[in-house]
Amino acid sequence: MTTTTLEQPQQGIPRLTPDELETPPLSLSQLTWRRFRRHRMAIFGAITLFLIVVYAFGGMLVFSEADANHTETGNALQAPTAQHPFGTDTIGRDILARTIYGGQISIIIGLTAMLVEVIFGVTIGALSGYFGGWLDNVLMRITEAVLVVPQIFLLLVMARYFSQSIPNIKFIGRTFSGSVLVIIFVIGITSWPYLARIVRAQFLSVKTNDFILAARATGTSTRDIIIRHILPNISAPIIVSATLSVAAAIILEAYISFLGLGVKPPTATWGNMLEGAYNYIESAWWLWFFPGILIALIVLSINFLGDGLRDALDPHSRAL
Amino acid sequence: MDGNIQTGRPKILEVNNLRTRFHIAEGIVHAVNGVSLYLRQGETIGLVGESGCGKSVTMMSIMGLIPIPPGEIASGEALFNGKDLLKLSESEIEDIRGKDIAMVFQDPMTAFNPVLTIGRQLSEPLRVHIGLNKDEIRKRSSELLSQVGIPEPGSRLADYPHQFSGGMRQRAMIAMALSCRPSILIADEPTTAIDVTIQAQIVELVQTIRSDMNMSVIWITHDLGVVAEIADRVMVMYAGLILEEALVDDLYEDPRHPYTQALLAALPRVDKRRSKRLLSIPGAPPNLLVPPSGCPFVPRCQFAFDRCHEEMPELTCVAVNHQAACWLDVTTGKPR
Amino acid sequence: MADIQPSNSAAEPPLVEVDQLKKHFPIRQGLIFEREIGSVKAVDGISFFIQRGETLGLVGESGCGKTTAGRTILGLYPLTGGKVTITGISVDHATKEEMRTFRRKAQMIFQDPYASLNPRWTVSAIIGEPLRVHQLLPNETARQERVHELMLRVGLSPRLINRFPHEFSGGQRQRIGVARALASNPEFIVCDEPISALDVSIQAQVVNLLEELQDEFNLTYLFIAHDLSMVRHICDRVAVMYLGIIVELAERNELYENPLHPYSQALLSAVPIPDPKRDRERRRIILSGEIPSPINPPKGCRFHPRCPVAIDQCKQLQPEWREISPRHWVACHLAA
Repeated sequence: MTTTTLEQPQQGIPRLTPDELETPPLSLSQLTWRRFRRHRMAIFGAITLFLIVVYAFGGMLVFSEADANHTETGNALQAPTAQHPFGTDTIGRDILARTIYGGQISIIIGLTAMLVEVIFGVTIGALSGYFGGWLDNVLMRITEAVLVVPQIFLLLVMARYFSQSIPNIKFIGRTFSGSVLVIIFVIGITSWPYLARIVRAQFLSVKTNDFILAARATGTSTRDIIIRHILPNISAPIIVSATLSVAAAIILEAYISFLGLGVKPPTATWGNMLEGAYNYIESAWWLWFFPGILIALIVLSINFLGDGLRDALDPHSRAL
Repeated sequence: MDGNIQTGRPKILEVNNLRTRFHIAEGIVHAVNGVSLYLRQGETIGLVGESGCGKSVTMMSIMGLIPIPPGEIASGEALFNGKDLLKLSESEIEDIRGKDIAMVFQDPMTAFNPVLTIGRQLSEPLRVHIGLNKDEIRKRSSELLSQVGIPEPGSRLADYPHQFSGGMRQRAMIAMALSCRPSILIADEPTTAIDVTIQAQIVELVQTIRSDMNMSVIWITHDLGVVAEIADRVMVMYAGLILEEALVDDLYEDPRHPYTQALLAALPRVDKRRSKRLLSIPGAPPNLLVPPSGCPFVPRCQFAFDRCHEEMPELTCVAVNHQAACWLDVTTGKPR
Repeated sequence: MADIQPSNSAAEPPLVEVDQLKKHFPIRQGLIFEREIGSVKAVDGISFFIQRGETLGLVGESGCGKTTAGRTILGLYPLTGGKVTITGISVDHATKEEMRTFRRKAQMIFQDPYASLNPRWTVSAIIGEPLRVHQLLPNETARQERVHELMLRVGLSPRLINRFPHEFSGGQRQRIGVARALASNPEFIVCDEPISALDVSIQAQVVNLLEELQDEFNLTYLFIAHDLSMVRHICDRVAVMYLGIIVELAERNELYENPLHPYSQALLSAVPIPDPKRDRERRRIILSGEIPSPINPPKGCRFHPRCPVAIDQCKQLQPEWREISPRHWVACHLAA
């Protein structure tokens, strides 16, 4: 063998070479934001959503709730004018103001129903997925049972029987009828199974990773493993599901209010405004057009946003 | 001095100055940066290198298996049977794949379609290239399985891939590759995912077959031990370039490139008592997004000097049938 | 199989004592009420001890149970039978307090550098986790300092303390894993194939690091691997596993130079040597057949179906675990 001039291995640990330090720190959130930015429809959705929210809540500064409920039968069924840019309804109430206050309710219902759904769905999915065994069996059977119940039916029945007995609540300076709470509750507790299943599947998959085993070997408590280790890794499907469920809740509320069994007037929601327009579809288009287009816009923008989030949060998409 | 091995046997594959690039969002990955190699009839060459060095991409480029885009064969030629493989159309090269040049891949689990039987998959090259009838195919498939050492071959044709163990799947893949009697077999890390006793079986199998069929073999691997067993001639790749090329005995006894020397010194031996700490090569293989300038091994090379940073050394003859791409003469420790 | 007692009972009892360890995974079937129809006998009665400061190698091919053994020894899987005692704590009968201590003193380094670090956590959080869980330091600042120190010790630049795993290479991630294992000042570390997933030129870096740390902190290692060359390099004693049991256990050079069990002999002869001349000279023992499933191990000696020298007795009777020569244990009828 040729004598080489290769030295004996140097003592100490090899240091990093300069180019290993070159890449700028990019956390996963920053990468996600970059991917999101490229999704034009998602940006459009986000902006539109923001504008609608500003409209619904900012509008409180321009119109008071009294304005929204102020009837003027002499002025009923007026087409849009400068004084009533969205026209008036069957008993002379200003539609613009009503869409503002109605929007608040629809959005609040959407958000809180989503919260209920996320709390139930994630908790049950996590316990099921992590522990498995009999707990998983029991929880999944419950989940399936809830899925069997037709959501609309339950909503109608509960709205009909319970909305009278629940008192009004005060929130952000407004008084809401108890029916709003019932609706939120029912939507929340019937929508969680979908999320629970997704969360459970994610837990089953992430649980098998070595870093979870490493956490156990370190002595990390089960609670910490679930909350600090696994949950952050499955935030993507939860966020996407939660986003889309807001839209679903808004539609659901509109649906039952349209049937007359949701939130009762005089409190406005976009749904019950549509109900009022039922008989005037051709003769007074402004009765259904404005609430209708607002529902369509918010649902569309949430869906675009959700699409963009799904793509941005997906670690497998070709990034940057 | 030309440095080519004088064995008198004809060259059946000749690759000249192959450059392959990939266009991705972050930039251009220079995967293969000017690789030239050749294969003689009946020879087995080993293409050795660590992950990312471009050894697989080189072969995939020759076989037309690089997706274009994002891939791009920027330059080079691959001459086989008087034709340049890189210039052939898809259907022309399909004609050659599986028939004249066959490939065997690393992961026997994913190389087979899980919903088709082994027999069906094994017979595909026969059906496509040779056009035998059903009985002839069955007979030949059974023969092939038996040739690769699978017991009860007739009944195993009806099995699905998951019913075969890893080693058996690899054998079946070799059988499929051999079915049309190719002149060249390209094996891309065929034993990396396999246990060592099964690996020994597969290596022995390939050695038997290649002499029976007078086949030429290109064996791609990162395992310097396997290459020592099976290859006649070895090429060491790094960052898309061939840094050293020699007959197998010469490469291991007398490595002339600092990278090869360092690699060999970093390997523990199963047949020797431990004498000293393993040599660890500092740093890591380079980022291929940066276009090459100068020798890619510079950041990790103990001997690097000015010229190394500026100019990429060409493969030059350093001994009989032995080439190295380095500005240093390792025998003297001084620049050439 | 008899217990192994250290034949020269050193003044200090062994740090790790494993006695007839069994780990079976039940196979369940049934739609509503699942019945157990069999079990995968991944580990089926292994015994060994490790003295403080020693490195014991546990080698074998896939399915032999070595990874399961490592995890069961650390209490990550509940054991099915036998006893494991580490630093005096009996893993299966430990109280909650004892388990806390155990988790501090016994750690693990994992094989897959990509799956063993939480992708959403920073390096600081990953390495600092043991510090937090065991409340070893009073506040976050102290923890950060210690993480800083650990990173330096394993050769990572502390500037990278707030980066995420995906920003590092495989070798660097393994170092992060090593730093995490060191954080709680353990006495015993199970290294589960820590270098298999790394490039050759990086493997030596990590192995050298492990050795330095062992010297510095008087660590004890159980080194699980399938790379017999690396095992010879780093281990003091080596145990060979096959299908859930240990077939041979000896001092390093004794095992490699004088293997007594036919499986060890075949295994060693199958390991490729990066030296073509020596490789040609040696005698290869090629085993027939495939590695059987651990669900139904063969009767008698588990190795008999593949053993080139099996006799009748091997098919009926399980061989006894005997000390054939000082500190050299074998389970084989013929070796006795």
